[in-house]
Amino acid sequence: MIVSPSPHIHNNDSVRRDMLNVLIALLPAYIITLFYFGSGAVYLTALSICTCMLCEHLIQKFVFKKPSQLGNLSAIVTGALLALNLPSNLDWWIVIIGAIVAIGIGKMTFGGLGQNPFNPALVGRVFLLVSFPAQMTTWPKPSPMHFEIDYTDVETGATYLTQMKEGLVSNPDYADLFIGSIGGSMGEISAIALLIGFIYLICTKTITWHIPVSIVTTVFVFTGIVFLVAPEGHADPLIHIMTGGLLLGSVFMATDYATSPMTHKGQLIYGVGIGIITSVIRLWGAYPEGVSFAILIMNAATPLINHYVKPTRFGETVKKEGK
Amino acid sequence: MNIITISVIILGAIGCIAAVILYIVAQKFKVEEDVRIDQIVEVLPGANCGGCGYPGCRGFSEACVKSDTLEGKLCPVGGQPVMQKVAAILGMEAGEVTPKVAVVRCNGTCSNRKKTNTYDGARNCRIASSHYSGDTGCGFGCFGFGDCQAVCPANAIVIDEDKGIAEIMEDKCVGCGACVKACPRSIIELRNKGPKGKRVYVGCVNKDKGAVAKKACNAACIGCGKCAKTCPFEAITVQNNVAYIDFNKCKMCRKCVTECPTGAIKDVNFPTPAVKPAKPAAPAEKPTVVEKPVITEKQEVIEKPVVNEQPKVEEPIIVEQPKVEKSISEEKPKEETPKAEETIIIEEPKAEEESKEKTSEAQDQSLF
Amino acid sequence: MRTFKIGGVHPNDSKLSSDKSIETMPLPEKAVIPLSQHIGAPATPVVEKGAHVVVGQLIAQATGFMSSNIHSPYSGTIEKIEVAKDAWGMPCPSIFINVEGDEWDEAIDRSEKINRECKNTPEEIIKKIGDAGIVGLGGACFPTHVKLGIRPPAKAEVLIVNGVECEPYLTCDHRLMLEHGEELLIGVTLIMKAINVERAIIGIECNKMDAIEHLRELAVRYFGIEIMPLKMHYPQGGEKQLIDACIGRQVPSGALPIAVGAVVQNVATCYAVYEAVQKNKPLIERVVTVTGDEVKNPCNLRVRFGTPLQMLVDKAGGLPGEYKIIAGGPMMGRAFSNIDSPTSKRTSGVLIMPRAKAKRQPEENCIRCAKCVSACPMGLEPYLISTMTEMKMWDGVEAAHVMDCIECGCCLYTCPANRPLLDYIRMGKQTVGGIIRGRAQKK
Repeated sequence: MIVSPSPHIHNNDSVRRDMLNVLIALLPAYIITLFYFGSGAVYLTALSICTCMLCEHLIQKFVFKKPSQLGNLSAIVTGALLALNLPSNLDWWIVIIGAIVAIGIGKMTFGGLGQNPFNPALVGRVFLLVSFPAQMTTWPKPSPMHFEIDYTDVETGATYLTQMKEGLVSNPDYADLFIGSIGGSMGEISAIALLIGFIYLICTKTITWHIPVSIVTTVFVFTGIVFLVAPEGHADPLIHIMTGGLLLGSVFMATDYATSPMTHKGQLIYGVGIGIITSVIRLWGAYPEGVSFAILIMNAATPLINHYVKPTRFGETVKKEGK
Repeated sequence: MNIITISVIILGAIGCIAAVILYIVAQKFKVEEDVRIDQIVEVLPGANCGGCGYPGCRGFSEACVKSDTLEGKLCPVGGQPVMQKVAAILGMEAGEVTPKVAVVRCNGTCSNRKKTNTYDGARNCRIASSHYSGDTGCGFGCFGFGDCQAVCPANAIVIDEDKGIAEIMEDKCVGCGACVKACPRSIIELRNKGPKGKRVYVGCVNKDKGAVAKKACNAACIGCGKCAKTCPFEAITVQNNVAYIDFNKCKMCRKCVTECPTGAIKDVNFPTPAVKPAKPAAPAEKPTVVEKPVITEKQEVIEKPVVNEQPKVEEPIIVEQPKVEKSISEEKPKEETPKAEETIIIEEPKAEEESKEKTSEAQDQSLF
Repeated sequence: MRTFKIGGVHPNDSKLSSDKSIETMPLPEKAVIPLSQHIGAPATPVVEKGAHVVVGQLIAQATGFMSSNIHSPYSGTIEKIEVAKDAWGMPCPSIFINVEGDEWDEAIDRSEKINRECKNTPEEIIKKIGDAGIVGLGGACFPTHVKLGIRPPAKAEVLIVNGVECEPYLTCDHRLMLEHGEELLIGVTLIMKAINVERAIIGIECNKMDAIEHLRELAVRYFGIEIMPLKMHYPQGGEKQLIDACIGRQVPSGALPIAVGAVVQNVATCYAVYEAVQKNKPLIERVVTVTGDEVKNPCNLRVRFGTPLQMLVDKAGGLPGEYKIIAGGPMMGRAFSNIDSPTSKRTSGVLIMPRAKAKRQPEENCIRCAKCVSACPMGLEPYLISTMTEMKMWDGVEAAHVMDCIECGCCLYTCPANRPLLDYIRMGKQTVGGIIRGRAQKK
């Protein structure tokens, strides 16, 4: 007979299933990317994912001397997220460096899955952003049904955020922002695709609403106040939400299990923190975009939040008479 | 020029004032510490295992310096040589101490103890022991999940996968006793290491009655008391169906080892195997361990062709061994062998009858 | 519909035997009655080897305050009084009975007639409950007379009856409510009288609508009893969770339910109270669900204590191959290691799980997904407690309120990395409990 302590049933959830859900949630964003940036996007993604998997496998095998963990798909998620954070015309060797930094430094130095204090994909992206600022901030203009890997003949341009930074506030087309016909990193262009992914993640209970909603609300409120006070030279809050990596960051990056707080209260604090830092960087900082930095800064604050923000214990609140 | 002079003077002045303050503070809060404490810490092995009973090597060192005598103080890791160095530093006599080593009092290897259950929880002895009695019929033996291994500061414990129980590598064991505290079953005991590492001990703590214990494990102590009767030094006591050898009284004659019908008593580090005087050549433990199952097996095979699981698994052993067995029993003095056989015959059928009863009971119930 | 507020999970309820009416189990030839079937000290035997006993005769008496009487469920001869191995292989002093016929004690009223009249005073009711050896039949086996003996200044305001049966698979309470609803309500009224309260709430989860309807119809005739449907939500059957769900009060950490004026009893206990007080029948049998996904014949059986588990398993269709057999439900039940052991007051169900379902998945790194934190109905942080227990940081474990843990298993149920969270938390709870007791003794 088999003997084990209780409980004897499980909800059949697994790390692999959660990671798979994240990948499925990324699909709409990928479809849009494929549509606008063509095969270059596929090529970059494949490169990023393969490098991440190889890197993790080698470190796991030769440094940790433990069985491979590729089966839980976490390396694929990191690779896919990293690729979505890159411009689609990036040189191949930059992608490889990014992937190695993401897995090698961002994840495995801390002991692998679940031990990393910072989101590995963001570590990779920020490393590249700081090391190769020129390549990382020129995006090809989206051209539907573009199926060539060679981007040499493609127009490149800045995003709305860069334009705003330079004081050139044009009136954007909200429909373009929503669908994704704008310049930007591969995954961040289409708001609708990311929202579909968000809804899927909520429905499968892979994440809770707390982090994304608190980030977006904070950014909306913060930039909204600034816009109301000084409409000249500032974009309206909707543009802030739909451009740049805000949605991608809040739905897929900030919600990373290992680097976000454990309690709902803590998650709200974390989200508000990311929102404020993002807005501040966007409005007054040197960089046009600040989501990655904001998330990394709040990642660093996560252990502190976990230490001080505890869940409400049963019987802790003052008893109230029901009915 | 002027600026340079002024800044040099100011910085110099700040330096001087700070130095004075530091000196005063250093004098005021100076902690008088015996230099010998540090000297002793240098001599100690630095394992910080706590085996001496003090919090780490430094704690032990302080205790040595404070106390007037070294009587009863021992660094189990360093043993006598280290204690002599400590004694030299303190100018005292090192107390007479016997080095100790941990022994696992369980013979329940996979081949000796048949598994009746499969454990599927967290691999931790304490968790398993608070849940149930173990995945064999023996409710006292080693789980083999390695709580002792985890606490051993010297990495002296291994869990052999084939045997499924903890084993202590005595050359590495420092005798700190951490494993003794960690074992939820109190199987591990610190024993005198003995002259040249020679030791005799009972490798079982099963308090069940003989028949039950024997059924659960081939090498269990069945509490028959033969060893206690044999022992010329009254070193062996049998309590709660388990024999225990007092290492202070044991003179290591090893009469008990040959006498034990199940081979539960272990002798280690003896150059020659344990046999009756003037009869060398036979392997030490084999006669005692194998002798009995073989005889019972023969009986069983003859009496009932269809038997329960146990004999089936063991059959190959019989096929391999009989020749050796015969030669051994022939070699033995005539006085001894019949006795051993008698006792076996007396005890074994009991166990078998019980199992028979039980199986028939089970059949009856299934007929309902 | 109401439920408790913090955490909880929603396992598939798998009530395979909910439409099987209660059958009576045939008597075994030999029975073993463990003397420790309750929380507290084992009972002391009052019969000797070779004595003849009849059904309902006292065979072991409560030892001290926290203990319970044990009566013979069989008529026959006492074979021996000896230590036997219980369902987990642990030694437990037991009385062995050779069953001969079925001769009952004359004081027991065995008629089917429902006796609605009760002239006993509250003290007499509690005494009768204590004499009958009734313990909480929900699983914890806390002696009922101790629970009902409320000492001033504590004052009970409401009796909450647990008909939740939130454990998947189990249906014994459900069948009891359907088949013995009237007796059950009389039992509830008796307990209300005993603890002097005007109001009783029977909490039933909404997957048992037939039981809710049935009891609602009957309860019209009984003053002060309210049937409260509750949302399906595990672990609603936990005492503290049930109080929160029914009356919206939370029992503070470390306190007993009486601190918020509530007394909780299981429906099976209420039925036993009815039988003890109105029929003079001590607690000698209970309804046991024998079920499982691949069991041929899932059923609800009325079993006398001491019946070997093997008989129950055979009744349900036997065991093909390697299985896990669980005493109780799949969330909190304990897996047996010894199938020759007898049923006892603790056995609320026998759940047979096939190997494929029973095996745990291999454990992985904690990914800090916080699902255990969301699921914990006590608002604890299981991941933290279990890690600190592994590292033996007992101060931290205590500061993380490990003693509040009700061992419901939600954390392990929900963990995607299959970490043995509860295994370690339980160990932490035991160790910290020991440390706290040690401190109290020093003072």
